[in-house]
Amino acid sequence: MPSETALVDGVRAGSVLRPPGQDGVAAALRAAARDRLTVVATGARTKLDWGCPPSRVDLLVDLSAMDSVIEHVAGDLVVRVQPGVRLSDLAAALAPAGQRLAVDEVVPGSTVGGVVSTALAGPSRLLYGTIRDLLIGITVVRADGVVTRSGGKVVKNVAGYDLGKLYAGAFGTLGVITEAIFRLHPLPEAAEWVSADLADEAAAGAAVAAVLDSQVMASALEISRPSPEGPITVTVLLEGVAPGVRARSATVSALLGQGAVSGDQAPAWWARLPGPVTLKLTAEIAAVPGLLRRLAQAAARADVAPDLRGSAGVGVLFAGLPAHTHPAAAGRFVVAARAHCRDAGGAAVLLRAPATVRATVDAWGPVAGLALMRRVKDELDPDHRMAPGRFVGGI
Amino acid sequence: MPAQAAQAAQALADRLRPLLDPGAVLTDRQQLRTYECDGLAQFRVTPALVVFPRTTEQGQAVVRACIEEGVPYVARGSGTGLSGGALPHADGVLIVTAQMRAIHEVDVANQRAVVDPGVINLHVTRAATPHGYYYAPDPSSQQVCSIGGNVAENSGGAHCLKYGFTVNHVTGCEVVTPDGEIVQMGGKAVDPPGYDLLGAFVGSEGTLGITTRVTLRLLRLPETVQTLLAGFASTDHAGAAVSAIIGAGVVPAAVEMMDALAIEAAEAAVACGYPAEAGAVLIVELDGPAAEVEHTFAAVQQHCRDHGAFEIRVAADAAERALFWKGRKSAFAAVGRISPDYIVQDGVIPRTALPEVLRRIAALSGERGVRVANVFHAGDGNLHPLVLFDDAVEGQGEQAEEVSGAILDLCIEYGGSITGEHGVGSDKAKYMPRMFTDDDLDTMQMLRCAFDPAGLSNPGKIFPTPRLCGEVPGRRKEAHPLTRAGQADAF
Repeated sequence: MPSETALVDGVRAGSVLRPPGQDGVAAALRAAARDRLTVVATGARTKLDWGCPPSRVDLLVDLSAMDSVIEHVAGDLVVRVQPGVRLSDLAAALAPAGQRLAVDEVVPGSTVGGVVSTALAGPSRLLYGTIRDLLIGITVVRADGVVTRSGGKVVKNVAGYDLGKLYAGAFGTLGVITEAIFRLHPLPEAAEWVSADLADEAAAGAAVAAVLDSQVMASALEISRPSPEGPITVTVLLEGVAPGVRARSATVSALLGQGAVSGDQAPAWWARLPGPVTLKLTAEIAAVPGLLRRLAQAAARADVAPDLRGSAGVGVLFAGLPAHTHPAAAGRFVVAARAHCRDAGGAAVLLRAPATVRATVDAWGPVAGLALMRRVKDELDPDHRMAPGRFVGGI
Repeated sequence: MPAQAAQAAQALADRLRPLLDPGAVLTDRQQLRTYECDGLAQFRVTPALVVFPRTTEQGQAVVRACIEEGVPYVARGSGTGLSGGALPHADGVLIVTAQMRAIHEVDVANQRAVVDPGVINLHVTRAATPHGYYYAPDPSSQQVCSIGGNVAENSGGAHCLKYGFTVNHVTGCEVVTPDGEIVQMGGKAVDPPGYDLLGAFVGSEGTLGITTRVTLRLLRLPETVQTLLAGFASTDHAGAAVSAIIGAGVVPAAVEMMDALAIEAAEAAVACGYPAEAGAVLIVELDGPAAEVEHTFAAVQQHCRDHGAFEIRVAADAAERALFWKGRKSAFAAVGRISPDYIVQDGVIPRTALPEVLRRIAALSGERGVRVANVFHAGDGNLHPLVLFDDAVEGQGEQAEEVSGAILDLCIEYGGSITGEHGVGSDKAKYMPRMFTDDDLDTMQMLRCAFDPAGLSNPGKIFPTPRLCGEVPGRRKEAHPLTRAGQADAF
């Protein structure tokens, strides 16, 4: 095995296991429980360096061999998959039936398990929600090796706690996902992106508000501002039947104002994270324009050049800092951005950064309900062996 | 109530009176009996105390007092739940949120409303409509059910096929947790860092705490709504039409089906004017931008005709649409016109299994001589079989109960669920082991232990057997310390 595959965000794994199926994962986790080994799971390794590095990795469970689409019932718009399936492969498997899992492949190569564990979402969250909204059933091997399930194969189901919500975005700290069931959506007949470049935060904010307050039912409403003081591109995605999309596209063009252009191709920055240092910033929707202004000021003060983009229509932005950014400057920007996000009703999380930057600042920031979260962790993983240290508050 | 429990209840009442508004503590037996059941009247328990907090702080004070006295408590909104989720505990406190009914904010710019738990579902939409917005989840009881109850049960409604359930429309909850703390889960912004406690809390049926303030997503009203009512010879034909519509990539706002017996009942009750000779009717509703709906609606009508619809009526205006819906939304109560008693089920099956399952329900009904009327959300396979019986006739109640259970078994056999939107509550806890393994249920109860180790918040619901927190599974040797101390019961 090449040595780099045993590295988890700079931490060397004691051993790596690539189980062929759920039974193998369960056996590995039972053994790990017996020997008190710490465990990290991975799929395509695309987000292993997110959050904080684990404090120790005795066993790395590589789920890439568990890459089957187990069951796709087109008539029920439901699919059951193993965690190692790549989003792109899943999309290819569903397309012949005219269906899709309505999540964006924000990080190329991502697997289903990784997207669930990081709750990573892209532009289409405006209309379809995030992976937690699409996940209807989940099987997880608990820290003690016990295989457990919640939810099921039907979209409408309120029997028992919906533990899928808890596992989604838990960064692998509550168990290893071995199966997931999702509700699907039909592929739209037509799609069109309508974009306009706007001079400043106020103009962009007004355009975003106008689209939100219209009845065009956009699938996505994104902004992009590659340089902090520069113009802001507002882009709206419309999906539906061809004549409907044409008519709605005209409506949106009018809302965005002069210079709006439309086409059937997404802009290059669409559904991609800026980086390589990446922050996730949230705010109340109406506070986004103000946040953009203050982020520009904070960038100038910290002497950094963030590339900003994200789902302005739901109040989620991502800021990317160039690789050469001085760690102390990046840290100052995170601290300032965090204060501004808090004032805007949201939070700032440092998703991905070199160790030099993380050394200067807490990646997760303050978390409401942390005491309760620790109790949840204590119940499901009492020995704190699952991805220890990767998550909020050192969980 | 045993004398000791009665004494404890009296002591608790004396303690709570100064903390709450005048008249907010009920101890009179007659008054208490008003609250002995929710919308599922088969289960009745008179609570020891009923209290009406008006503020978060009062709610917290009640919970803290219950914790200190080791007394179980149950939250109740409007009491419309259909699974006995708000069934009181005989020695416990029933916390009724009816006095907490302020709509604090309709924040149009942020597409949010901030409301008290006692606010009526429909009132949120009423407050938002003048601004061009609405609150999407619309359970049939929306004129009376409360947002707090909706949060507890993760309520759905006819339109959840397209728009999802309560959990998809709540962005924040202020919660009095079972340790007496106030925890803010989420808010107006999305994606708070950390575990998605809010996602787990919504739908936990009051077992993880009591919400005292809720932040809801508001949606922009659709530009157009089109609704049709189609009559078919049989549920098979209507089911085939639904398959064709879904198969064509249409996501209707709602697809509802009623069979002949349900139509007969609705007609008798509200004279909704459904095609009298129909073996099944479908209500299909599309909403969205006019340019989309116009095109798709024509296609939907064609699918209905292709699969044998002998009559299609298109609602000309909001009044006619309301009439189409009136028959459907009043179906449960309407069954009272054709049968003295009935059981409402809430099982779910994969939609594609619909024709087969309906045939088996019909066979079951024939074999046992128990009439079953079918009303369901055909788009997502959520069945609401109404099992009819006359309690005055010896043995009919038991027979109906058996048929009802057999229908749930069918749902599980086809890979579905025992409840799509009514919740497990007291009613279906016994069926949970048919759907989940002991390990599955044990894992769910670990979450419960994280929130409520003493098991005081709505005990006895969801889980057929409680997990005593801190125990090692399979190694129970002696009674849990809390049981020994009389602070917890093994329900």
